[in-house]
Amino acid sequence: MAEIPKEEYLEKCTTACAGCTSSLSLRYVLKAAGPDTVLVVPACCTSILQGIYPNTAFNIPVYNIAFAAAAACASGMSEAFASMGKKTNVIVYAGDGGTVDIGIQALSGALERGTDFLYICYDNEAYGNTGMQRSGATPMGARTTTTPGGKTDAKKDLDRIVAAHNIPYQATATPAYPKDLYEKVKTALATPGPSFIHILAPCPPGWRIASDMSVTVGKLAVKTGSWVLWERKYGELGISSPSKGAMKKRAPLRDYLSLQGRFKGISDSTVNELEQAIEKNLAQLAKEEAGEC
Amino acid sequence: MTDPVAMSRPTEGAAGKTGSWRTFRPVVDREACNACGLCAMYCPDGCINEDHEIDLDYCKGCGICAQECPKKAIKMEREER
Repeated sequence: MAEIPKEEYLEKCTTACAGCTSSLSLRYVLKAAGPDTVLVVPACCTSILQGIYPNTAFNIPVYNIAFAAAAACASGMSEAFASMGKKTNVIVYAGDGGTVDIGIQALSGALERGTDFLYICYDNEAYGNTGMQRSGATPMGARTTTTPGGKTDAKKDLDRIVAAHNIPYQATATPAYPKDLYEKVKTALATPGPSFIHILAPCPPGWRIASDMSVTVGKLAVKTGSWVLWERKYGELGISSPSKGAMKKRAPLRDYLSLQGRFKGISDSTVNELEQAIEKNLAQLAKEEAGEC
Repeated sequence: MTDPVAMSRPTEGAAGKTGSWRTFRPVVDREACNACGLCAMYCPDGCINEDHEIDLDYCKGCGICAQECPKKAIKMEREER
């Protein structure tokens, strides 16, 4: 495995909250992408944490754009670079609200067109920068400011929606495993055509966890099977090594939920439903990896 | 020269000295540290350098370094100010 470069493309410091795993993810995304990169950022935490005009903490060009337009903008940008003969990486770095809810049609369009770009959805499972309102990516049972009694609907299965577009490269990651994330971004950028990476980004204020626990919670998400790390290259699914161990012996789901204030008082029946959803997902992924479906 | 469009430029401290946010300060026990580098790897803001020195001008005091240190060589001590 290649050594992770020491260069940082985020100057000290962004206005991200203490313990933010989205900025931790972005550190590794940019290390993998290098200096010849443009970020397209729709409305999300990343559009507000860059710093205060006329200064920015981001040492690469960033194009901030409206919520629904990120993938469409990146399509145009990617075509423009191609027509100029440039190999600049075009990366959309969008939150879950801007991906699973508001930006989904632009994303679907760009994937269908075969735009050569990388779309990254960093998923903190709610609208973080506006005060943690529920999004389509919020898991069942999680309390947000708009679901004070816990969300009653299940998390939207974004990965299977994206998979239905049959794109060349798709993966899931979490910054609790930075090397895995780095390698996946490298592979995605080396693959021509559209690629998509879904990153789970534990959010200390939103998930009501202590700021020092965000990496620990990310590891637990993988160990309990709540978040499965995998990559799909040209339709071939491979489970990543941190999740292989979790699939053999899973940590109890309660270990993951009890650390988070947003799941305080969750009912046993909701925990059961979450548990069943995890088992179903793991079984489907195991079958797909074995080539049975 | 004025910019033709409103454009921000990369600057250190674009969001001010974020070290002022801290309520707990990370203190490294050099005896216990085995220089594994996990603290620097997990620092969300890249405030820990190759020699495992923490930039206290910008460290927000999240405590991930102390939490993830396998040798428990980093202690979070309350800031006095």
